[in-house]
Amino acid sequence: MKLSNVFNRRNRILLRELVVTDFKLRYQGSVLGYLWSLLRPLLFFTILYVVFVRFLRFGEGVEHFAVSLLLGIVLWTFFVEATTQGMQAIVARGDLIRKIYFPKYIIIMSATVSALINLCFNMVVVLFFIFLNGVDLTATILLVPLNILQLYLLALAIATGLAVLFVKYRDISHLWEVFLQGLFYATPILYPISIVIDNTSETVAKILMLNPVAEIIQTTRYNAISHDTITTTSFIDNPFIASIPYIVTVGIAIWAVYLFKKQQRYFAENV
Amino acid sequence: MADKHNKAIIEVKNIKKSFRIPLDKKSGIKQAVTSLLKPKKGFRDFVALNGVSFDIFEGEFFGIVGRNGSGKSTLLKMLAGVYTQDEGSINVKGSLTPFIELGVGFNPELSGKENVFLNGALLGFSHQEMEAMYNDIVDFAELHDFMEERLKNYSSGMQVRLAFSIAIRAQTDILLLDEVLAVGDMAFQKKCFDYFMQLKSEKRTVVLVTHDMSAVRQYCDRAIMIDSGKIVESGRVEKVAQRYQRLFSDGPSQPTDDTGSDEDGDRWGNRKMLAQHTKVKVTPSNIKVDVTYMANEALPAPVLGFNIYNSHGMNMLEGNTIRTKVKTKNLAKNEGLSISWEFPNTLAAGTYSLSVSCCDSSATEYYDWLNNAKEFTIEKDGNTAALIDPEIKVSKPKYKNGNQES
Repeated sequence: MKLSNVFNRRNRILLRELVVTDFKLRYQGSVLGYLWSLLRPLLFFTILYVVFVRFLRFGEGVEHFAVSLLLGIVLWTFFVEATTQGMQAIVARGDLIRKIYFPKYIIIMSATVSALINLCFNMVVVLFFIFLNGVDLTATILLVPLNILQLYLLALAIATGLAVLFVKYRDISHLWEVFLQGLFYATPILYPISIVIDNTSETVAKILMLNPVAEIIQTTRYNAISHDTITTTSFIDNPFIASIPYIVTVGIAIWAVYLFKKQQRYFAENV
Repeated sequence: MADKHNKAIIEVKNIKKSFRIPLDKKSGIKQAVTSLLKPKKGFRDFVALNGVSFDIFEGEFFGIVGRNGSGKSTLLKMLAGVYTQDEGSINVKGSLTPFIELGVGFNPELSGKENVFLNGALLGFSHQEMEAMYNDIVDFAELHDFMEERLKNYSSGMQVRLAFSIAIRAQTDILLLDEVLAVGDMAFQKKCFDYFMQLKSEKRTVVLVTHDMSAVRQYCDRAIMIDSGKIVESGRVEKVAQRYQRLFSDGPSQPTDDTGSDEDGDRWGNRKMLAQHTKVKVTPSNIKVDVTYMANEALPAPVLGFNIYNSHGMNMLEGNTIRTKVKTKNLAKNEGLSISWEFPNTLAAGTYSLSVSCCDSSATEYYDWLNNAKEFTIEKDGNTAALIDPEIKVSKPKYKNGNQES
């Protein structure tokens, strides 16, 4: 698997066609079609907004918390979609793998790219709300694509590792679902991290901020919405500890690539 | 036959492949944990291929035959790179169409048109390239009115036609085909045939895996037969095809059939009785075949038979004592017998080969099968592309008056 071959012509063609097919199939037969990829996170947002912001008064005193919540949900939805669909991709496309030779990472990529495209649509909606809310835009908003790239790479790495495991152990999908539910509450998405600092302890808040997803979501909020947002680097002084989210990401990526390289030749037999 | 001076385009050296078949389905963590705690062998190794070696030469139409579960499809998948061999090497020099089956990746929920583009992408064609050849594909598949329909509403024949029409666009050096000729109506099979002939003239290499011996005889230059993961016969198509058909005539219930048999390829059987002399006499009106046999031991009444193959190895006609309702009697040791067959000379001009055989009354035990017992030529006036050329009686054309109402 030479890096120069990863995106050669044939693989690009295949990736494109698989992503297009994926999109066509997902919204086939639904009246609203593609609109659903926008509506789903918006409806989820509405529920969380009504319950947590209106009734439970989360995020009081935090500037633009509603937009912040929306951005968090959109990024989280992407993370869930990319990892879950990526995980199932190899098994779901078993018909192809059993009958034709082509680089198998294309399949995982196509599943995660589909989620990435959804994210891009959703980010347009988020931008709309950012303007609507009168957020003071700063130049750091230009860094948001880099944050998304970082989140994509994390999701791709996790999806790759899980996809390999999922070929052998179908329990992984259930485990991952539960894990994601836990991670959702461990990540400052629907509550501001300041709540944890005030009500629990700073140490717990710091530990929560070492989660790569939390680090990315908070940094994106910092770049796009408010420079008052607490980020991992601003919150944790020790640069070595503050770089743990990156180390974790790289670690997962190395593990995933190692596992994938070792196992991919047996996918056709095991899937 | 293979042109030996051609270079090998696929070299397969001593490949081995085994699969682990789980004894109880182990696809969960619970089973993984329990088998960790109680270490017992939860699988058995199934050897699909065991030391297979062969070469395929450039421009060759190469057949791989074998019954279900013999390992032939595993072999094709390994040539395509879908499976990885445990041992040995496969060296493919040239680009290869990775289709093991037609219509891979076809999605029933997508329209015919969308599937064309998806399938094309698997062959390495971009959207633009597919756009350019789209009309040709639809023309070839004869599916103009159906392209906007979802694939799930297609008949299986229509799906194969569409898949085949896309697959033949592949501009690779080698094509791998698994059982494609089994479907489609006569008109479509004719198209396949023309396409195969075109491939041959273009010196493209084709590997065909099939059970269909008539396809093998018709198209292939050379073939191998796989059984229980090993090559049991290779070389001339007719030899391989007969070996394959013999599988079903002796059946596995009589494994001792082959003991002491002469396996020189043109002759097989257990030699309890042998064909000794054959003579073919061709006249413009008749063909006469004389065969003498000798029994090497006392035998119950045998069945005698013959086949005539044309130069492509197609079985043109056959006769045996069951079909012609001739009774034979029990034979004593060293007893000889002779038989004559005579039939109208309906064969087209060309070279033919005679095979003679003898077996027991149920055709399960073959005493002797001798290929190429005689070669003979038929000469006739006028050319014909047809397989047979009988004398045709024709009336004088009769004309009717154009004014008359019929």
